[in-house]
Amino acid sequence: MAKIIVVTSGKGGVGKTTTSAAVGTGLALKGFKTVIIDFDVGLRNLDLIMGCERRVVYDFVNVIKQEATLNQALIKSKRNDNLFILPASQTRDKDALTQDGVETVLNELAETFDYIICDSPAGIEKGAQMALYFADAAIVVTNPEVSSVRDSDRILGILQSKSRRAERGDSPVEEQLLVTRYNPERVATGEMLSVDDITEILAIPLIGVIPESEAVLKASNQGTPVILDQESEAGQAYSDAVDRLLGNELALRFMDLPKKGFFSRLLGGK
Amino acid sequence: MNDLCFQLKGSAVSVIVLELYQYTPELFARQLDEKTTQAPQLFQNSSIVISLENLSENDTPDFAQLLDQCRSFNLQPMAFRAVPEALTQVVRSTGLPLLPAANRVDREPRPRNIAPAEAQSDTSRDAVKTDVAPAVEEEIETAVEKQQERRPSMVITRPVRSGQQVYAEGADLVILSQVSEGAEVIADGDIHVYGALRGRALAGVKGNTQARIFCQNLSAELVSIAGNFILSDTLRKHQWQQPAHIYLDDTDVHVVAL
Repeated sequence: MAKIIVVTSGKGGVGKTTTSAAVGTGLALKGFKTVIIDFDVGLRNLDLIMGCERRVVYDFVNVIKQEATLNQALIKSKRNDNLFILPASQTRDKDALTQDGVETVLNELAETFDYIICDSPAGIEKGAQMALYFADAAIVVTNPEVSSVRDSDRILGILQSKSRRAERGDSPVEEQLLVTRYNPERVATGEMLSVDDITEILAIPLIGVIPESEAVLKASNQGTPVILDQESEAGQAYSDAVDRLLGNELALRFMDLPKKGFFSRLLGGK
Repeated sequence: MNDLCFQLKGSAVSVIVLELYQYTPELFARQLDEKTTQAPQLFQNSSIVISLENLSENDTPDFAQLLDQCRSFNLQPMAFRAVPEALTQVVRSTGLPLLPAANRVDREPRPRNIAPAEAQSDTSRDAVKTDVAPAVEEEIETAVEKQQERRPSMVITRPVRSGQQVYAEGADLVILSQVSEGAEVIADGDIHVYGALRGRALAGVKGNTQARIFCQNLSAELVSIAGNFILSDTLRKHQWQQPAHIYLDDTDVHVVAL
């Protein structure tokens, strides 16, 4: 039986798709058959991050509308035989996602996959609700700033009340926190919230802290999930997060002040 | 063809009881005037039952005059209750029915919360114990309170997240976890929060001024009791991020250490 994990955040631009790509790839590297579904219909991005945009023929909406079979739409990764991508449609909107349609696709995937990663769109509307509705677990991606933390809190409330598990009264969706774009230097100067501040407000278990890194932007532009760049701190931090997701206990890394602030250049555009 | 003209049913009707302690026409008129000016709507054409249960002995009021006075204030006397043996004849001549004394159980003092605000009004009530008016007031209070249904406390064990709203209707609200910024917890009774209170807490929303808020970590955006609220700007000066107890005194919301 597959485990359905939604990667969500409420706020946009915090690193949901980067995380979906990294965690999905990480699970596949561990030998689990994994599929990543892009729920961001109309704003398709996952295929770019995964570097398979030129191979998109059919998409998620085609499958829901039974215009294509699942096997026609699934794109197999060239880097790992365990990894598949189900791309979103770029020409439709979120209304194309129907609950029954999504359920049928997920049920079919659950027969052959170990993990189904749902890459949620930003917001709390239909697209995001559809991505989290069937989830068994949630990775809540949060940046160390107040608006991102509040939006994460909001989405946690929706997981509690609007997921299938909540509606059926089953055990609640497992909630896990992933802090991305963490910059210890800016935390030290009080410009960013610390991990402790965030976990105190959200009160859910932490599965990883991804340091802010040039490697993330580079990986996105090259279409290579950052977890494959094991020389970068971000890549290593994602590997740790995947280990923790699988139940292993690891100490947090990359949270101390670096000797030189060579990431600070990235922050200029905020 | 249904030719049924009527049906007899048992029913409880709530009325105002005027508990008479003593009777002097001028004093009675003056006090009744004060009462009706205080709450004109309440006394407009209200039916009343005049209880003689606590009438001082040896007092033989002129009942016809008493009834006239009541009617002139737009009250409608409908019966006498607990008429002493000696007065039966006189009262019967007024033409109104005589009702037996109220149940003993009814007369037991209700258990009440001892609150600073109430302690005050209790003393003022003692001072005018022999007046007609306070007794009327107390009976009305009882009637109103009986209408409000009392339900068991609502207990929430998970965090109340931003955008969520919890309302404990007719009950106290107990939250064992935190209340996030942007969340709202509302109760007709008291609110207890054992995690951090970062959102809004509104106690006694149907006007219960005795409602209180208790919390372990006061970081609220807003607290309100019976519609009287204060915002975090003010809260920051009192017990901020500390255990706190919030209550209402008149229209002032007080925040004190727990």
